[in-house]
Amino acid sequence: MGDTTAGVIFIAAMVAALAATYRPLGDYLYRVVTRERHYKVERGIYRVIGARPETEQHWAGYARSVLAFSAVSVLLLYGLQRLQHFLPLSLGFPGVDPYVSWNTAVSFVANTNWQAYSGESTMGHLVQTGGLAVQNFVSAAVGMAVAVVLVRGFARKATDRLGNFWVDLVRITVWVLLPIAAVGAVVLVLGGAIQNFGEVTQAVTATGDTQSITGGAVASQEAIKELGTNGGGFFNANSAHPFENPTSWTNFVEVYLILMIPVALPRTFGRIVGDDRQGYAIIAVMGVLALASITAVLGFESLGNGTVPQAVTAAMEGKEVRFGVEDSSLFAAATTLTSTGAVNSFHDSFTSFGGGVLMLNMMFGEVAPGGVGGGLYGMLVLAVIAVFVAGLMVGRTPEYLGKKIGAREIKLASMYFLVTPVLVLVGVATAFLLPSNMDSLQEAGPHGLSELLYAFTSASNNNGSAFGGFGANTPWFNTALGLCMLFGRFIPIILVLALAGSLARQRPVPASAGTLPTHRPLFVGMVVGVTLVLVALTFLPVLALGPLAEGLQ
Amino acid sequence: MARLPRWVSQHLAALRALLVLTAVTGILYPLAVLAVAQLPGLDHKAEGSLVYDEDGAVVGSSLLGQSFTDEDGNAIAAYFQSRPSMAAGENGDYDPLVSGASNLGPESVVDALPDPALGWDGDELATKSLLTQVCERSYAIGEREGVDGSRPYCTESGAGAVGAVLGVFYAEGTTGDVVRVVSLNEACDAVAAPFLAEYEGVPVECAVYGEDYAAAIVTPVEGDASGEPAVPADAVTASGSGLDPHISPEYAELQTARVAAERGASTEDVEALVEEHTTGRFLGFMGDPAVNVVELNLALDSVFPAGDEAGPVG
Repeated sequence: MGDTTAGVIFIAAMVAALAATYRPLGDYLYRVVTRERHYKVERGIYRVIGARPETEQHWAGYARSVLAFSAVSVLLLYGLQRLQHFLPLSLGFPGVDPYVSWNTAVSFVANTNWQAYSGESTMGHLVQTGGLAVQNFVSAAVGMAVAVVLVRGFARKATDRLGNFWVDLVRITVWVLLPIAAVGAVVLVLGGAIQNFGEVTQAVTATGDTQSITGGAVASQEAIKELGTNGGGFFNANSAHPFENPTSWTNFVEVYLILMIPVALPRTFGRIVGDDRQGYAIIAVMGVLALASITAVLGFESLGNGTVPQAVTAAMEGKEVRFGVEDSSLFAAATTLTSTGAVNSFHDSFTSFGGGVLMLNMMFGEVAPGGVGGGLYGMLVLAVIAVFVAGLMVGRTPEYLGKKIGAREIKLASMYFLVTPVLVLVGVATAFLLPSNMDSLQEAGPHGLSELLYAFTSASNNNGSAFGGFGANTPWFNTALGLCMLFGRFIPIILVLALAGSLARQRPVPASAGTLPTHRPLFVGMVVGVTLVLVALTFLPVLALGPLAEGLQ
Repeated sequence: MARLPRWVSQHLAALRALLVLTAVTGILYPLAVLAVAQLPGLDHKAEGSLVYDEDGAVVGSSLLGQSFTDEDGNAIAAYFQSRPSMAAGENGDYDPLVSGASNLGPESVVDALPDPALGWDGDELATKSLLTQVCERSYAIGEREGVDGSRPYCTESGAGAVGAVLGVFYAEGTTGDVVRVVSLNEACDAVAAPFLAEYEGVPVECAVYGEDYAAAIVTPVEGDASGEPAVPADAVTASGSGLDPHISPEYAELQTARVAAERGASTEDVEALVEEHTTGRFLGFMGDPAVNVVELNLALDSVFPAGDEAGPVG
């Protein structure tokens, strides 16, 4: 079988696996977030927290809870790193430098998992397992909770009540993320991922060399890192490391874990708004964009254009033999189409166009299918904008799912869309103002710009992958990228919650002959078109200077 | 007791929530997975797939690659050689404490040449481009295995090989006549003459340390090497982890004759051993076929122990 054929079958098998869980997982999520009754164990947790589960919050109260929880998370994670050397299981590592601690704390709380450090030589077992991995769960749960609130905004009528953050957080963590991650972790151990709390084992090899074999609770962290679209590797080499991703089939499992929840969420959306077809339309938009992008990355990497890939005869630098060029490209596409940022191969060494598509994936705002929760609310905001554009064309007041898209709604949606381009482009431009920042670029010319652009795109979109040659571990970049991650996560969340609040207040208008049906292929095409046009207009100039200039040399 | 201000009580609730969820996801969850991982069949894997010798000492992990070189980094001829590794730590390559990749891009083709007074090892600012690294590895492996090490965009140069890259100056910057050509990766003190005598009718100069060639257009020269080089792709590129335990079946095949000769075994027997340690695509489509070098070499040591005379190649 040819290499490319194997890659195409990989895609087909992945689509089949995701299609198989679309309905059951989406329906299960629906039941988790809409169940009226509180289980006894849940009531116990609410009592400890001091939350009243029956009381629903309005959007601003919900937002305050999200922000309070995230602020406390950042502080605790910062403290854990700074004080690591006083705590048990530190493996003898010193406390982490303040800039790196700040960057890492924000990074993991913002579901980004950008890593300015190298895991195996910086973080002890306690920080990894009790700090970083915990945020892998709860930051994912926060994203899903916010998405559910937006969907409730569409579904509910004439109310300002949108749910209780503590209930959503606990239920999603305990009943969705925890069981799937546990099964996933055991499956990964079966493949060879390690799970221990051991220290370094010194091996004396056949040639008499010493090799320091590392330990850690890797499998448990790896499973939630993919499932929660987090992406922060236990080791510096992330999912390229044989202890994180040992075989070609664990690689398939990991890509599946990355995609399963984001792909199932449109089903949950359809169930909550009471029309399954709306969910199918949203997943169709995601599917069209994702398949186009995956095909492009696979194609560019398989072709292997560029001087070094041509000399090598394959784009094999930074890739593992067990995955090969194809499965490395597919992992890369999946990780940038979602907000994951885990890597099983190193994007800096990808072909110019292949790496460019990875950047474009993130610039789409990671909506195809996007991060857990973040993908769905990002896509629904784009749908709102598409409805608005369609309304302008025919001169009618736009509406989506019976809710009018008025001035307030479209302002919130537009601001949502503008947050990340502003962060990325202003960030890159500002970085250039400081000459010392140029030392962080590993390469001169267009590739150097690509490294910088990738860093700001990844941080602002909460992806977390990198062009790894980029020297991100400087006080300036740790601070600036930390701010991008913070604003790139929480400003959109506040806007989405405000949008949900304003939608929920409305009484739905009955559908009429003039209403644009939002479950037909026409609408799917509209949303795809609006997304492409908006993103292309925003980012084409800077892409032309980076990956396009490099690839067309 | 006075009621706390609302914003304080909200953050206290958040703290309690975080602590509860930390107990569940940060302590119970990893310990539960750890408990399941103690089951027979899983425990060996959870510990890192460690490989032991007959005395019970750890000799490595079947998942982590190793370098099979002597103290000076020269290949030991009796062993199959691993891929180049960027995980270079205190104990040499393939150090799990510093996993990672080169992160060099597809157009990393121009070397930063060293100060002639210091040389490659002494000048910290000198770096080899990815292209030159690929070319050096290819020619070195070609020599080791007795095959043609040439590949596109590479040229033999001085004692080794470099990326065949010209800096071309045009009359009007990027257009017009060629006025000057420099072979960017060939320092004048390292080569007798550049790999190309002339380009577009203009004689090619060697590169002078410290001279600024930024205005030149970087022009890689493909040359007439075969588009299907004898040395396979994985042999000349570093993996993402720097710990790749595998090589391609093609790279193993290239090395079989040498290893067999060195160990006094028949090529067929060594081929059979390679076959035994080759994994195909899982279910026929996942990943690429791969040969586990660590397991293969350990098997070789037990089946065909090398004599004491086994030394470095060449």
